[in-house]
This record gives sequence, structure tokens and C-alpha cells, in this order.
Amino acid sequence: MAKAKEKTRIKEQTRRLLNRFGRKRSNLIPTLQKVQEELGYLPREAMLEVAQFLNIPDIDVYGVVTFYNQFRLNPPGRHSIRVCLGTACHMKGGYITLDAWRRRLKIDQGQTTADREFDLDTVACVGCCVMAPVTVVDDKPEGQVEPTKVDGILLSFEQERKKRGKKKQ
Amino acid sequence: MKATGLPSVASTFQKIKSQAEVRWQELQQARAVIMVGAATCGRAAGALEVLRAFKNELKKQNLDCPVIEVGCMGHCYAEPIAIIAKPGHPPIAYQQVNPVIAQRLVREFILGDDPCLESVLGALEASDLVPSLADFPRAKFEQKVILKNCGHIDPEDIDHYIASGGYSALVKALQLKPGEIINEVKKSGLRGRGGAGFATGEKWTVCRDAPGRPKYVICNADEGDPGAFMDRSILESDPHSVIEGIIIAGYAVGARHGYIYVRAEYPLAVHRARLALSQAKKLNLLGKNILGSDFSFDIKLFQGSGAFVCGEESALIASLEGKAGTPNHRPPYPAVSGLEGKPTLINNVKTLAFIRHIVDKGAKWFTGIGTKNSPGTAVFALAGKVVNTGLIEVPMGTTLRQVIFDVGSGIPGGKPFKAVQIGGPSGGCLPESALDLPIDFDSLTEAGAMMGSGGMIVLDEDDCMVEIARYFLEFTQRESCGKCTFCRLGTKQMLEMLAEFTHGKGEIKDLDTLTELAEDIKAGSLCGLGRTAPNPVLTNLRYFRDEYEAHIKEGRCPALMCQELIAFYIIPDKCELTCDACVGTCTVEAIYSHPKKRYKIIDQEKCVKCGTCLTACPPQYNAIVKLSPPSEVPK
Repeated sequence: MAKAKEKTRIKEQTRRLLNRFGRKRSNLIPTLQKVQEELGYLPREAMLEVAQFLNIPDIDVYGVVTFYNQFRLNPPGRHSIRVCLGTACHMKGGYITLDAWRRRLKIDQGQTTADREFDLDTVACVGCCVMAPVTVVDDKPEGQVEPTKVDGILLSFEQERKKRGKKKQ
Repeated sequence: MKATGLPSVASTFQKIKSQAEVRWQELQQARAVIMVGAATCGRAAGALEVLRAFKNELKKQNLDCPVIEVGCMGHCYAEPIAIIAKPGHPPIAYQQVNPVIAQRLVREFILGDDPCLESVLGALEASDLVPSLADFPRAKFEQKVILKNCGHIDPEDIDHYIASGGYSALVKALQLKPGEIINEVKKSGLRGRGGAGFATGEKWTVCRDAPGRPKYVICNADEGDPGAFMDRSILESDPHSVIEGIIIAGYAVGARHGYIYVRAEYPLAVHRARLALSQAKKLNLLGKNILGSDFSFDIKLFQGSGAFVCGEESALIASLEGKAGTPNHRPPYPAVSGLEGKPTLINNVKTLAFIRHIVDKGAKWFTGIGTKNSPGTAVFALAGKVVNTGLIEVPMGTTLRQVIFDVGSGIPGGKPFKAVQIGGPSGGCLPESALDLPIDFDSLTEAGAMMGSGGMIVLDEDDCMVEIARYFLEFTQRESCGKCTFCRLGTKQMLEMLAEFTHGKGEIKDLDTLTELAEDIKAGSLCGLGRTAPNPVLTNLRYFRDEYEAHIKEGRCPALMCQELIAFYIIPDKCELTCDACVGTCTVEAIYSHPKKRYKIIDQEKCVKCGTCLTACPPQYNAIVKLSPPSEVPK
């Protein structure tokens, strides 16, 4: 039941967003960007709504969504971890950093932890090459992220979570 | 060029300009002006915390000084940077500012009169007291044209741009005939800064002469090359200079609509460009009947969605039309048939940023800089193993040696130089012997690299050339759109071979297959991605074949980088015994003490080869080493 409810909610939310856009094919990408911004990802129901709204085949929407790296098909975590794998980051050990994140979060790139707390992905280059290796944590680029700093960042989130828990009590 | 005609455009603009100048003057009246470099790289270094610290301290001290967010000055190694302009002193740039230093600067320099010399990077003007930036070795080689404003004006305030001479080129252009502008651009010899170096004036002429309406101008800011951040920096630090270029281009080719296509990975650039567009519109520098002339032009911002191939012009157009960004056959070129089948001019951010200077100062001034076939300056993002990382602008014809050793101050730790990677995934790695090459479009192509968009990564002896080739192939293979068979399957094949080498597998004859395949992919691909994808491998093989052979024949990585081919080892005789630095720092608990002799041992089964222990081992012991092949580790 909960699933059906979530589906309806997604449909309604998408429809509300769509009304802000024109029904032109060239609006497809900005539309999808907006939907993802609101929902955090592009669920099947949302894509179907978009296709119907723009009057284009479903497969065209799916094709565009899977073509571009920015779009995601699974729900994001509360915190997003983006490991930069640009040239400078790679040469300074970005792949080692990625390994460290994978080890600690126990997920692979493109995945979200089971408690939906973190999602892990890579990014081609965020243009902060001089701070290499960079990891973008919740939109904030962190410089010189080596395995020990990975642990440090996770620790700070852990403490935050404890604080939140205490407040709730 | 002579400006004739419409006096009303000039007088309309004069009013706007006087207002901007008044505001600029007012700013100089303040007790002090604080400018914090808050482009993405500055922010990554903590610029926003510094910004807050300045504001808090000023409030505490009851001082009313403007604190402005500016863009990137190019001295990225010194971030976060803050400039303080206090009357009676030259404007001074401070380096590695943190909240504590910010507090001190307010108390001791602004409230007191001590310029805190220990935190100074350099003064922006010559002075007896403070060393000036102009005395830096890099200043001798640098010549800032399109980076001039970056880091010195508020990118979110159009008045700063106008007061520093901005939009006057547009005013001049609007009083000229479009043909005159194109002629000037042609005479300047400006070549497209996106990488390929096509003559800009030619492109403009083709677009102007092409039948079909409406015409479009697109600014290509889909800077996807990993290791390049010039376009981001310009959009974040001086967005109006690009916008002015787009409007002039639109007027010259007879377009009515413009687009800025920015990467999704650059949120700050998107924000600042968007803000700049709305400010320009408010002053009627954009929109209907610009400044009272009969020329109307609007610009929309379009956010890319993270596909490297969209930097290719026909793929970019497909993306703008709402499709997957796959390239199309050219000709017809976009200048003839582009967006919605209409003539479309596509220029790179830097190319467009040059336009205002060429219109303003003339083609002759421009050809006076750089070399005969590549006039003007080149902007590079200098990163990797180099002391002074940052954004630099040098005249074309400067040698690689000057860029890396004079502007960039060489390799950290005095390590020997090994190679420099230019042009990202389309370029290649050039060795020591190519260091005296003057940088221009043609010389780099000849050496096997490519100007590309301007990323320059310096590599030292710790960087493995096989691994870097594999890295670039992995990138292009992932980003290949899959339209052309050779690019789709060929790059995959090449990647698999390179991956084998980094694991110490493969055979020597594979190197020939690799070369053959590379040539085929170059010939059999539609767009620049496929045609240049094999470049990193080809140049690499040309200059560093011995490293490939070491991997294949001996299973050894000479640079000690390929993880499969190295092992970490603690030399018992060097281990201090009572120190536990490596044990405490190991992220996977792979290090333990010898039960009797107390020296530390790495459990090779558990070790993930992250290198943390190597950094942690105190330099006076220096007991941890990397060995290759792993069989070198004593049993």
C-alpha cells in the first residue's frame, strides 16, 4: 500500500512541476532537471508523466535520462558523496579515496546506503584541480581528501546524527 | 576602426557608465575594502568561512567596510586569498587566510595600521613596504588580457564591470557595421580557444553569409576536459566579459538569440552567469533595442547534464534540442545549419571573452601579442605536481619550460620533471625533450599533443605513464556516445589492453595492436571525441615505451603507482619499534607489531595500498617503502 501511495504522490508532484514548463520538446532536459531537483531522482512514474506532458514516446525520455550522467534513477541519500576523478585528482590518488569511501560506506559508486543516509558517486572533474584529491560532500568541495579525511568526514556526520538524536529525545 | 552613426547609443551608455563610476568611487571612499576570492576553488579552500569571519569581526569592531566576494585571481596555491584596499596603502593580497588571520587583519590593519606582513602574498601595486606581485617571477611571463578582471571586481555587480571599462566595446560595435567587426576579428587572426583553433573570423563570415533565419549564437561553456577549469573561472569571476562577447558576436552575424551552455557540474558559474544576464537586461544592454539601437538580442542559459561529448558542437546542439547528445555528420557545419537547422555560431568562452578587447583595441594590438599563426594569449589551468598551481595567461609562443618552471616554480620537493599532460583526453603527455617547444596550436599538434581547452597537468617520477593512458581511455570510453562503431568498441578494446598492462599482463606484440587500433579509431569516428581519444596512448607510446615494456616484461611499475604491481613494506632495521604512527593511521588495521622484536609488519593480505602509513611514518625513520614487483617483499 505504501508503495502505491508513494507512486501517486510522485505523479502529483511531477504534474505540479510540469505546469511551469512549455510543451516543447526542447524543454525536456530543463524539465527533467527541475523534477530531479524536487524529487531527488527520476522515478519511473515521473518519467512517464514527462513523456505524456511533452507528447513524446516514453523511450525518448528514458533514452535522454540514461544518456546524461547527471540524472539518477534511484533515490539519493541524505548526504551525497561525489568523488572527483579528474586528471589531477586521479594522479594524486582519487581512486584511493574512492576505495576508502566504498570500504567505509560498504556500497559501490552509483549506490545508496540501505539506511538512505549516503549515496556515493564519481564526477569527471569539478574544476578544483589544485585541491586534489577532491570529494564533493553535499555540494561543498572538500580538498585533499585522503583515506584518513574520509574517516574524519564520516565521524563529523556521525556526531551530528547523535546530536540530532539527543534533541529529539 | 572608425565609429560613426547613432550618437544616442553612446549617450545612453554614458549615463549608465557615469552611475557605475560614481558607485565605484564611493566604494574607494570606504575606510577599507575587503575582497575575498570566492570562486569554487577558493570556496573549497574555505573562503566562505573567511568571508564570515571578516564580517563578524567588522561588526564587533563597529566598522562599516564593504566585504565583497570576488572571483579567482589565478594564484590557486595561495587560496583562500583576500585583498584589502586601504587608502594610504597599496591594495594588498593576503594568502592562506583563515578566520583567525581575518580577525587579525581587521584589528591590526584596518583598525590599526599594521599591514600584517607575515600573511602577505603581494601588493597589487608597486610599493616600498610590501613586495609586489609584479616582482614575482611569473609576472615577467604572464600577460593578462581576459583574466585581467578576475579576482579584482565583484562578478555579481555589473557596475564594477562597467566602471572598469566594460560594455564600451559593445557600444563601439553597435556604431559599426557588422561587416566591419567581422573584418577586424578576421584581421586579428583570433583562433578558437575551445581546442581545435579554427579561425574565428572565418566562422563568423560563414554564419553571417548563411541563408536562413533566425540565427543563433551559442557560447560553449561545457568544459568537460578533466583537469581544465579556465572557463569555469572566467564565468565565475567575470561573466559580463563573456556576455559582452556574445552580444557583439550576435550583432556581427545577424543573430537574435543567444545561449550559454554551461556544465551542470558548475553550479556557481551557472548562478553568476544567470545573475549577470538579468543585470544586463535591466540596463538594456540585452533585450529589445539594445541601448536605443535597432538591434535586439536575448541570451538564455542552458544547463548541460553531464555528458562530455556535448562539448562537441553538433552534440551540444542535439542536447539543446532536448535529445541525447550524439554528434552528427559535418558538413554542413553548425554555422550553416545548426540549432533547429538554422545558422548557428558556436564559440568557446575564452574566444568570446577576447572579442571585446579586439573591438576595443583593434586587430593590430592583438596580433602584436603571441606568434604569427597563433596570435594573442593562451590561458592554462596549471595543476598536478607543480608548486604554484593556478590559472595563468601567457602570450602564445611562451615555452613549456617557462610555464612550468618560471610561472609555476617547478616541481614540489625538487623531484625531477617527467612529463606534462596537455589537452586532456584529446591531448597527450610531452616529455622533458619537448619542454622548449613554444606553445601554440600548431607546435603542440606536431608534438602529438593538442592545445585542447587548456588543462595542463604536470607529472613527476611518481606518476605512471601507462596508468595515465589507461585513465584517459577509461574516461573517453565511458563518455563515448556509442554512435560510431570504432569509437564504441575500439576504445573499449584499447582500455582492456591497457588495464592488462597495469596488472603486469599482456604481451609485447599487444603494443603494435594497440597502435593499429588507435589509428583505426582516429579514422573511423565522426566527432572529435573519437578522433582524438587515442592521442594520449599514441604520444605516450612514442615517448615512454620503456615504461610499457617494464610493465609487460617484468611486471614492474617504475613509478610505483599501479596498485596491482606494488607492495608496501616496513624495513625492520629502520623501524623505530616504539613508535605506533603507522599502526594508528592504517585505515584497515593491516599493520601489527612483531611479537618479540616489536618492529611493525604489514599484513599484505589485508593491505589496500592506500599509502596512508607512508605519509604517517616520521621522516627521521622513513621506514616504509613501496616495492615493485610485489615479489620483492622479503618473506
